Amino acid sequence: MLLDWLYVAVFAVVGIIMAALPLAVVWLLAPRADYPQKRLTYESGVVPFGQAWAQFNIRYYLFALIFVLFEVEVIYLFPWAVVFREFINRQLGGFVFVEALLFIVILGMGLIYAWRKGALEWV
Amino acid sequence: MTGLLVEALIKSIVLLLVLLTATAYLTLLERRLLAKFQLRFGPNRAGPLGLLQPLADGLKLLFKESFVPAQVDPIIYWLAPSISMVTALFVYAVIPFGPSIQLFGRSIPLVLADVNVGILVVLATSSIGVYGIILGGWSASNKFSLLGSLRSSAQLISYELTLGLGVIAVVLLAGSLSMVQIVEAQRDLWFVFRFPYGTVAFMLFLIAGVAETNRAPFDLPEAEQELVAGYQTEYGGFKFAMFYIGEYMSVITISALATTLFLGGWYGPPVIGRWLPGIVWVILKIFAGVFWFVWLRATFPRVRHDQLMTLGWKVLLPVGLVNVLLAAVVLALRSR
Repeated sequence: MLLDWLYVAVFAVVGIIMAALPLAVVWLLAPRADYPQKRLTYESGVVPFGQAWAQFNIRYYLFALIFVLFEVEVIYLFPWAVVFREFINRQLGGFVFVEALLFIVILGMGLIYAWRKGALEWV
Repeated sequence: MTGLLVEALIKSIVLLLVLLTATAYLTLLERRLLAKFQLRFGPNRAGPLGLLQPLADGLKLLFKESFVPAQVDPIIYWLAPSISMVTALFVYAVIPFGPSIQLFGRSIPLVLADVNVGILVVLATSSIGVYGIILGGWSASNKFSLLGSLRSSAQLISYELTLGLGVIAVVLLAGSLSMVQIVEAQRDLWFVFRFPYGTVAFMLFLIAGVAETNRAPFDLPEAEQELVAGYQTEYGGFKFAMFYIGEYMSVITISALATTLFLGGWYGPPVIGRWLPGIVWVILKIFAGVFWFVWLRATFPRVRHDQLMTLGWKVLLPVGLVNVLLAAVVLALRSR
């Protein structure tokens, strides 16, 4: 098991090198002919107007919040899903199922609440 | 210990080279197939059937000038494409390509690392991949980039839930998070044929997979008519290529995951399954998935952003939740 994680680590290191290597090659090979106009931010050919880091739609934030809620739910369902068959074999399937059902229903009510409040509308 | 390290090193390098080559040729495959769909020829001049085209493209991108726009946040600007590419590569550490094979008198498993939480590694890595896009769009200090990366992150997090729920149905059926054990649980019947919950989970997974890879018809983050090139507007040369490699590699990743989780991995169809070795079945299934991705792009127009969010939150998420419960009920009742 630990050995497998060692393989994962080696793979990650080799992967990072594979990604960094071309950048080094580019640094060595690519031509350099820089002038200020080239470094202008692209804005359909005109000189950029104002800052790019401006205000944006609050909806993105709302969706991110609901996402955190449900992503945590999904994470909690994983261990349940792994042991579910084991519990069935021990004749405890109904018990474990009702527990997960309660969990999902409570979060489902959260989804319905957000839905009714209009948090899922994209206008 | 040293021997093991060398073995891991050799395996990693071989796997990565195969993957990068496959990704390069996926770009050619897509261009050729799209051309066929539209009754064009596509790139056919570089070598026979245009087979040298990816090589020419790669060399061109290596020799491009690599300048950094004046307004960007330099560290993050360099980091973002690297995150995109490395996370796309990293997933393959746990994806199995076949049962063990005999080579040089030893049994070599065709999976780099059979960790017991394999599918969680995949999901976690793809979540980190979102950072590449968000940081890339934010650091570029360009309005198109910022809007593209915001859209992209909203889309990715919305569909990640659906992806996770599809995977949970599989975990319920297999009773394990290990990719190898999930495949072995499909020896008799592929999970996609466990009607209805397996089939529904498969469809949820595919739809979410298309959205996760930012592919048509969910390619809003780089809707070129509205956002120039989305989060990669300010990127050129090889930094652009890294985003590109990341995106195309995740197309292969989603196909490979669908193969592993739903289409029986290295197990072929019932009667003719034994005619070909396991790894050939895996490659055939991945190829079918990739073809499906290109076919989809040639067929469907892009959806609107509100349609995308409505589909994700009001249709796929409830269906996914109900599907998980349905799978649990059927499993519990069947064991009676």
